[in-house]
Amino acid sequence: MFARQPDLIVERGTIDIVVDGAVVAARTGDTVAAAMLAAGLMCTRTTPVTGAPRGPFCMMGVCFECLVTIDGRGSQQACLVAVAPGMRVDTQHGARALVAAAKDSA
Amino acid sequence: MSTPRVDVAVIGGGLVGAAIAFGLRALGSKLALLDEGDVAFRASRGNFGLIWVQGKGFGLPPYGAWTQASARAWPRLAALLRESTTLDVALRQPGGLHVCLSAHELAARADRMSALLAQPGFERYDIDVLDRAGVAARIPEVGPEVVGGTWSALDGDCNPLRLLRALHAALEAVGVVHRTGFPIERIEPAAHGFTLHSPRGRLDCERVVLAAGLGNARLAPMVGLSAPVTPNKGHIIVMERVRPFLRVPLETIRQTDEGTVMIGDAQQARGFDEALDPAVLAAMAARAVQVFPHLCGVRVNRTWAALRVMSPDGFPIYAQSAAHPGAFLATCHSGVTLAAAHAFTLAPAIAEGRLPAAFDPFSSRRFDVRAAA
Repeated sequence: MFARQPDLIVERGTIDIVVDGAVVAARTGDTVAAAMLAAGLMCTRTTPVTGAPRGPFCMMGVCFECLVTIDGRGSQQACLVAVAPGMRVDTQHGARALVAAAKDSA
Repeated sequence: MSTPRVDVAVIGGGLVGAAIAFGLRALGSKLALLDEGDVAFRASRGNFGLIWVQGKGFGLPPYGAWTQASARAWPRLAALLRESTTLDVALRQPGGLHVCLSAHELAARADRMSALLAQPGFERYDIDVLDRAGVAARIPEVGPEVVGGTWSALDGDCNPLRLLRALHAALEAVGVVHRTGFPIERIEPAAHGFTLHSPRGRLDCERVVLAAGLGNARLAPMVGLSAPVTPNKGHIIVMERVRPFLRVPLETIRQTDEGTVMIGDAQQARGFDEALDPAVLAAMAARAVQVFPHLCGVRVNRTWAALRVMSPDGFPIYAQSAAHPGAFLATCHSGVTLAAAHAFTLAPAIAEGRLPAAFDPFSSRRFDVRAAA
């Protein structure tokens, strides 16, 4: 679906992050949303009310469609957070839990 | 061209006007609901959505009874709206909690509630004073700073925007005339009723109901009534949706049926000013985090301020004009809580053409006190 443009790629090295338990190779400087799209992961969350799938749309912090859980913290905007080594990203299903420790129960 | 004529015209398309119109909906196309438009100060679109009994009626016991009657009739209103529109207004009446963050606060609250219930003629209901364990038994997520609170089984909430939409839809379904962008500049008493003058045209009506919120102050004297209402600013913080954790509403924090967490508080007399006050928002947020420490990491999506419609003593005003008996007035700051009473009790009285004596305590005559000699 999305491919990196060869003429825009600056060799900056790669970083492995973990998305829903699977290792995803990202590039240094990627946002979480960019890394997920480049890896073919289109859906970042499902909505709290109807359960419809959602993915990154504006890529600039405005639309709030790309919410994910990052290192246990819910509703983070994937398009505004840069990848970091060992980062753990979880797609978010429905509303986040109030208490982070209970987040995987659904 | 002759002026169109209806039997009853309700001025004000917010929750008060729409609930009264709902109670009069058998009139169909002989009923008109007139709304100023998006320029209006819309308390009905900025409110918090509580159906709240606890604490109401201090200084006017009939207001306590009126509020309880409306809370009791609310399930019928929600059922009727669902039947006629398929819309679910998300009514819940599981009881409600007022939390206290210090022993002093709790003692003052308990004193106030017992004074409320001890008033002569007050229609009693139970208000339980809870210690911390009592609060935590109902809501385990409360933080360590909560020392107790008061509880009433009569309290609840609903989705107030859906309520407004459902009322409008129910009226539309039976052919009620709903004119938006139709501000009333002048009400002219005529031989058989009234002529309403708007920049968008005129409308004749046999009876007129003033339910225009803050606009009632200007309109009431045109038909021999008085509505000394002024704006009272409240603030609301809307947070992101989280999984349901708050199954009972607190007086200032609630979670909607769709998961949104709302904080609503503050009373400020600042005239017609809807500007946000960041210090007020900060104090509200800080207190909410004291009550629920886990809210600390939850995002705020939006904030707003809205204007309550406040009478000098805070109680509703219901009146029928002595000079022009076809003119009625209804104004209050609890359009959600009182929606059922407005639809099922006030509206039929207007249809009969006479407010019964039970409405006397709510007349604006209570403000006409003679100055002491």
